[in-house]
Amino acid sequence: MVVGVLGIQGGFSKHKEMIDSMGYDTKIIRTPDELKKTDALIIPGGESTTFLNLFDKLDLEDAIKEYSINSPIMGTCAGMIVLATKVDSINYSPLGLINIEVNRNAYGRQKESFVDKVNIELNNRLIKFEAVFIRAPKIVNYGSDCDVLAKYKDDNIMVQNNSVLVCSFHPELTGNNVIHKYFLEKFM
Amino acid sequence: MAENKHFDLVKVGFAEQLKGGVIMDVTNAEQAKIAENAGAVSVMALERIPADIREDGGIARMSNPKMIKEIQKMVSIPVMAKCRIGHFAEAQVLQSLGVDFIDESEVLTPADEANHIWKHDFKVPFVCGCTDLGEALRRIAEGAALIRTKGEAGSGNIVEAVRHMRMVQSAIKKITTLGHDELVSYAKSNGSPLELVLYIKENGKLPVPNFAAGGIATPADASLMMQLGAETVFVGSGIFKSEDPEERAKAIVMATTHFDNPDIVSKASEGLGDAMKGLDIAKIPAEELLQTRGW
Repeated sequence: MVVGVLGIQGGFSKHKEMIDSMGYDTKIIRTPDELKKTDALIIPGGESTTFLNLFDKLDLEDAIKEYSINSPIMGTCAGMIVLATKVDSINYSPLGLINIEVNRNAYGRQKESFVDKVNIELNNRLIKFEAVFIRAPKIVNYGSDCDVLAKYKDDNIMVQNNSVLVCSFHPELTGNNVIHKYFLEKFM
Repeated sequence: MAENKHFDLVKVGFAEQLKGGVIMDVTNAEQAKIAENAGAVSVMALERIPADIREDGGIARMSNPKMIKEIQKMVSIPVMAKCRIGHFAEAQVLQSLGVDFIDESEVLTPADEANHIWKHDFKVPFVCGCTDLGEALRRIAEGAALIRTKGEAGSGNIVEAVRHMRMVQSAIKKITTLGHDELVSYAKSNGSPLELVLYIKENGKLPVPNFAAGGIATPADASLMMQLGAETVFVGSGIFKSEDPEERAKAIVMATTHFDNPDIVSKASEGLGDAMKGLDIAKIPAEELLQTRGW
């Protein structure tokens, strides 16, 4: 099984390190052709405006939409933003692959970025996870086809539907691979 | 994942998110918008771009807070700003403004000829320039969350950035080949903190991301630096000193994403107007070189 990590920009190298260490074959994806050769895709954090700008120029928008019909996608931070159906103050249309509405930079600028322990429900078990929020977005609304897997205070921070898993924080940074493991086992 | 106590989750974690991108120097809100629309991952707000600082002379200082605020209002991508080497009060002001990254930069006139800022004291992450590995490790020891080559800012000439990147990369390779008994002597002669030399011996790379700056003017320049090991590029004078900044900005973004695909770099380089003229480093008087500022 080949796991693709979208590498047009952003925090792709830490995702790749983590999935490599779990024993999967990992490929950095920058073109529609490379995407076709993978079985699951991770869209990392980074700059959502840069992602959407480049999706358009690299013909990745339609390629990812088509890909998602049969293959699972995980999006973290900016990766979550581009997968949403609705995003505040942005000039581009997001991919609309998970029915959530997202506000960008909702916790403030970098000096408001933080780390905190959160509870995540994976396979009906509550797991403590050290979540890193970096200029993080907020999920302000979600559709009835979505399940919430984690909250931080009043905010929903991790949501899934049948084929897409998103979170507003960075599970690739702390060395704990439970979220990646859940994605690759549950969604395949 | 190897234990890396210099991997501050929030600071270095943020630097990780900037990888594979282009950070562009801008001097006003309008340029910042052009940069954002072209796909920049961040903008560096400064009053004069390095080429003009070089031409105008005088003391180059932190930018006017009003200008930084206008840029913050205009774009949603992270906004960086520069403070003078050692000028921790300027850095405090930038932090209070909510700047996302502070560049303690040799492009501005140094405020302290002996000491850099103790960057651990700040919540906002810092990027610092280096000309070789020892300098990079000294800055990381002080708390820099991101390292970039100094190159020669405002020159439009890539030769110094290449020299500095090669210096860093070859020193990293060398350390991995040394025995542990040789590392203390290596650390002493290169002015490198031993603990960080040991980290490199074990991991074969810096504990923080390594970007390139100083002289990038074309899509191929960006591709070159990425292939030499840079993980993102800063473009200063290269964009807004060129004939058609908007097109050049887009082209450099494309060439950075696909740095290892010459067909795409070639296509991105087509039909661009003139690049900035550039300077021969040998013709810059030694006292006007920016890269020798800091230690």
